[in-house]
Amino acid sequence: MIHFQDVVKRFGDTTVLDGLDFTVAPGERVTLIGPSGSGKTTILRLLMTLEDLTEGFIYVDGEPLTHELRDGKRVARRPRDVSKTRRRIGMVFQQFNLFPNMSVLENITEAPIHVLGKPKQEAREDALRILEQVGLRERANAHPMQLSGGQQQRVAIARALAMHPEILLLDEVTSALDPELVGDVLEVLREIARTTNITMLIVTHEMQFARDVSNRVLMFDSGRILEEAEPDKMFSHPEHERTRRFLQAIL
Amino acid sequence: MSDLLDTLAAASPQLWEGTLVTLQLTFGGAALAFLVAVGLGLAALSPWVIVRTLVRVIVELFRGTSLVVQVFFLFYVLPLWGVELAPYTTGILALGLNYGAYGSEVVRGSLTSVPQGQWETTTALSMSWLHKMRRVIWPQAWALMLPGLNNLLIMLVKGTALASFFLMNDLTFVSDQMRRTAGTFTSYGIAMVIYLLIALALSWALRVLEARALRRLGLREPTKGETAKATAEAVA
Amino acid sequence: MTWDTEFALSVFPELLSAFVRVTLLVTVVGSLMAAALGLVWAITQRSLGRRSLPLRWVLDFIRMTPIPVQLLFVYYTFNNLSALTVGILVFGIHYSTYMAESYRAGIESIRKGQWEAATALSLPPHRTWRAVILPQALRATLPSLGNWAIAMFKDTPFLIFIGVLEMVTVARQIGGSTFRYTETFTIAGLIFLAASYPTAILMRRLEKRLAY
Ligand SMILES: Nc1ncnc2c1ncn2[C@@H]1O[C@H](COP(=O)(O)OP(=O)(O)O)[C@@H](O)[C@H]1O
Ligand SMILES: [Mg+2]
Repeated sequence: MIHFQDVVKRFGDTTVLDGLDFTVAPGERVTLIGPSGSGKTTILRLLMTLEDLTEGFIYVDGEPLTHELRDGKRVARRPRDVSKTRRRIGMVFQQFNLFPNMSVLENITEAPIHVLGKPKQEAREDALRILEQVGLRERANAHPMQLSGGQQQRVAIARALAMHPEILLLDEVTSALDPELVGDVLEVLREIARTTNITMLIVTHEMQFARDVSNRVLMFDSGRILEEAEPDKMFSHPEHERTRRFLQAIL
Repeated sequence: MSDLLDTLAAASPQLWEGTLVTLQLTFGGAALAFLVAVGLGLAALSPWVIVRTLVRVIVELFRGTSLVVQVFFLFYVLPLWGVELAPYTTGILALGLNYGAYGSEVVRGSLTSVPQGQWETTTALSMSWLHKMRRVIWPQAWALMLPGLNNLLIMLVKGTALASFFLMNDLTFVSDQMRRTAGTFTSYGIAMVIYLLIALALSWALRVLEARALRRLGLREPTKGETAKATAEAVA
Repeated sequence: MTWDTEFALSVFPELLSAFVRVTLLVTVVGSLMAAALGLVWAITQRSLGRRSLPLRWVLDFIRMTPIPVQLLFVYYTFNNLSALTVGILVFGIHYSTYMAESYRAGIESIRKGQWEAATALSLPPHRTWRAVILPQALRATLPSLGNWAIAMFKDTPFLIFIGVLEMVTVARQIGGSTFRYTETFTIAGLIFLAASYPTAILMRRLEKRLAY
């Protein structure tokens, strides 16, 4: 379970999130939509501890992530403790961010071996199995630069999966791809949604995909949840005029 | 022509000696400079303001006050404080600290040029500092920093000529001695050619390293222009 | 050995005077010369293409050999020139090889479309350079040239090899006769720092300002 409690995020003087509260149940797939700049990426980056939390708390399965309440005071947790909680979360980025100094297979096994301490052989087999899932087993020894954008993104997904996260964060993972490569990546994600019970937080403009995989859609506007609903309801009968216009604009 | 060969033959033992001294200063200085550059370059990215400030002060101090002044300081001032260093140590220390300070800017610049996404991904994969440096960030930064380090290494080779001023029998000193017997053109000409060969050999070696590093990243080599600009920034 | 502030202050005027008369003079004249020659090398190389290879070798030779040896070489070869003149010549030529690289970088940074547009307008080569390429290239090159001038400035104490009385040589002489090296070299270092650090900052600012 993920729980955002009174989360405030400021960059200098600009307040991006102002007292955000929401909860995601274990195994739930939640899609975040909303206009550009509404704070969707910031939410995922806060969960991944890539941004500092200005105020408030984030809990993962009741465990505080970066800050906790101790004797009525909000204090930062020790880096080592943060790291332990963070390991339950994986993220796939818009720009893939594969390590260019490693082969596809090495990209995937690096963290399982050196962070989780998995035996090499086991990590390798696991990586190959996951590569099979994303349809790239035969490219295991290729160099990232030799792959198309869609293939690179599937490797990045495999890399995140190889850490066996309980929570997977997907930030516009198809936005940097040529249109004809989007389908394969989404297909892989659909498959993961179908065959695992990983909790997923998804930011996407692919509404059909969101409809297919998510249990719930949150519409953001200026750092607040404007409305939330099941996908069918959100996409066919949104409550707010603002949501209707947003959906019209992107469809 | 045979005159030249005779002169060369007569002077060759000293020339050889001088070349060895210059090479020793070069390798000693370069090794120390590399350690200093990596140490200060990494420390410059420390999360602690105090560390970063300290690094800045050290780097600007060494960059701002001329190698010659630093050599003289070590050579003339330290003994007054009771620290007697052998000429070798003085030379290597001065070259290592001075070019190390320049090098740290190259190292820092290369580290920060590794795309932000790479750093963020190491966080997303929960890598420790040492792990992400060793396996992800450094291999990429390494390819970027080699052209800059290459230029600095050539400058360091030239900088060793200063050693003759505090009585070391390096190449410059030997050629200066040779002038009386061999004439200006021959003596300094030979010295310059030897310096050139040393510089070319080292520069070539670093370019081989660079090509290898880039190949591992699947990248093209940078243009001469990009390298020239980066160097000018580092040495100022 | 204790620090004697009064003594340090007393050597300051003499060092500063040597600094202005020699160090600054060599740096300013040398830099102007290096900037002019460097531009000539860069344009020649660009215009001659592959035929400029011999020029490249000469420039590399100068760039890869130590200034002290070059100073001694020129000083004893042309013994009718004053040591100061030799200094300016050697520094100017040595650093022109570095500045040539900076100009090249600036010229390379100009998009191909600029050359093509000039050709499409049938501009003659000298107009293409003067009116189109150089104004843009210089903008990109200026901070780089400034940085090399600072580097030259910090190399001026090498003049000691041909006996020019520049600041560090003077400092060494005073130190030798009074045995107060700490103060003299500290002051000399501070004067260097006071001149080079602000200039380096200025170049960094300039670079940001001039970037398109
Ligand atoms: N590093 C940053 N510094 C300053 N402002 C930022 C930074 N990152 C994001 N912002 C601002 O935060 C707001 C929300 O950004 P973001 O979370 O990326 O929105 P979204 O992903 O919904 O498009 C935007 O106004 C953006 O300009
Ligand atoms: Mg976003």
